Amino acid sequence: MDTQNTQASAFDDLAEGPLAEEASAAIEADRAEVGDALGAGKPQTAAQERQHRHNHLVQAINWNRIQDDKDLEVWNRLVNNFWLPEKVPLSNDVQSWGTLTPDEQKLTMRVFTGLTLLDTIQGTVGAVSLIPDAATPHEEAVLTNIAFMESVHAKSYSSIFSTLASTKEIDDAFRWSTENPYLQRKAEIIIDYYEGDDPLKRKVASTLLESFLFYSGFYLPMYWSSHAKLTNTADMIRLIIRDEAVHGYYIGYKFQKGYEKLSEQEQAEIKDYTYSLLYELYENESKYTADLYDAVGLTEDVKKFLHYNANKALMNLGFEPLFPSTVTDVNPAILSALSPNADENHDFFSGSGSSYVIGKAVATEDDDWDF
Amino acid sequence: MTASGEAVASVVYFSSVSGNTARFVEKLGRPATRIPLYASEPPLEQHEPYVLIVPTYGGGDGKGAVPKQVIRFLNDEENRKHLRGVISTGNTNFGAGYGIAGDIIARKCHVPHLHRVEIFGTPDDVRVVNERLDALWRQ
Repeated sequence: MDTQNTQASAFDDLAEGPLAEEASAAIEADRAEVGDALGAGKPQTAAQERQHRHNHLVQAINWNRIQDDKDLEVWNRLVNNFWLPEKVPLSNDVQSWGTLTPDEQKLTMRVFTGLTLLDTIQGTVGAVSLIPDAATPHEEAVLTNIAFMESVHAKSYSSIFSTLASTKEIDDAFRWSTENPYLQRKAEIIIDYYEGDDPLKRKVASTLLESFLFYSGFYLPMYWSSHAKLTNTADMIRLIIRDEAVHGYYIGYKFQKGYEKLSEQEQAEIKDYTYSLLYELYENESKYTADLYDAVGLTEDVKKFLHYNANKALMNLGFEPLFPSTVTDVNPAILSALSPNADENHDFFSGSGSSYVIGKAVATEDDDWDF
Repeated sequence: MTASGEAVASVVYFSSVSGNTARFVEKLGRPATRIPLYASEPPLEQHEPYVLIVPTYGGGDGKGAVPKQVIRFLNDEENRKHLRGVISTGNTNFGAGYGIAGDIIARKCHVPHLHRVEIFGTPDDVRVVNERLDALWRQ
């Protein structure tokens, strides 16, 4: 083949390439195909892959044309709930930290390192992996907010560590997190689904992480708070817990929108998948809980909290709760620490000066009332 | 009315497009009316005693906790006159904001806040709420 010929064929390729009209038609066809596949539990299509590669062709987001009101509503809620750990006066907990035994301190460090790992996954892999599946541009934007807040959560545990612990204690806890088989196992299970090819299964994994897997960890600061210990830390954790509820609600809602489009058989399949993934995670979570809490005798109490939250995770996905009320009777002190107003007799422990404190909410009035 | 002629507690509720509150109401198996979602729909008028079931979506200090559609419904004095109690749906994760819309309405309208339900409720919630509604109607 001579040089002349090669040049000619390169030119031919260019000339035969899609002209502007054909290109638009191709993009339209891809959009239609992506639109049909989105959220419908279908594996990623070739068109989706093309759209991801050529995402400079995606339309500019127009917040004046909303396809799903939930996107704007949740965006607003997330923005209103925004917070940063630097504003929570964690240093007020230094004295309280000193009253914990060395075992209790070690447990607390490990619990928070475990939570850091989950938030890291959710911020850098989980929420981000949901973006290509988004059904609307506004959903994409909400997911970027969720991803960022997960990174804020992950960083907030480091604020607790640097306030309360020595560099050596911090390093030890992080080493533990890479070596604990149950913690690593739960990370592995979730990441597998994030990297899989089913958008709805990704949403299930994400909702179970947000609404179930965090709670073996969240239990402990609520327990300390109910004993008037580490109350500022607990204030911060409550902010994280509030965020996770909105994330679980929103991703669960988007899951349900996709689920509705499936055939009965496909619905049965994804429902089975959800319950079996929950079982798999629950078994691992029970071992993780025992590994952490046996030494302080709290394992059974934590497990009730796990059952209670597993039910809520399923409900966020639109499925019926699994655990009967006989095993979801969470210690009332923990529920009070979580949700002070719900128990009228609860004496809310103060000592916190955070401007974000959500434990002291009053029923502020809206202007719309006219009586 | 039941076959025996006894009055059955009726329910008025609000539920957004995510439909959790609607799903809970469905499980109660009682006559129920949904407050319209959009301002373009004709407003709901209620002329008989009812209990209101209302969601709280969480966050902040309670401002904006009661959905605007519910405020509009309660601003009508005739609707307000027949309100006998309120039940809230929500999530304990919202801390002090859990079911706070129910607290606000109970205080403003001087009716009892009968129960708080999480998401779309467990079978226990359905039983408890039905018991309380029946008890209220027997009074």
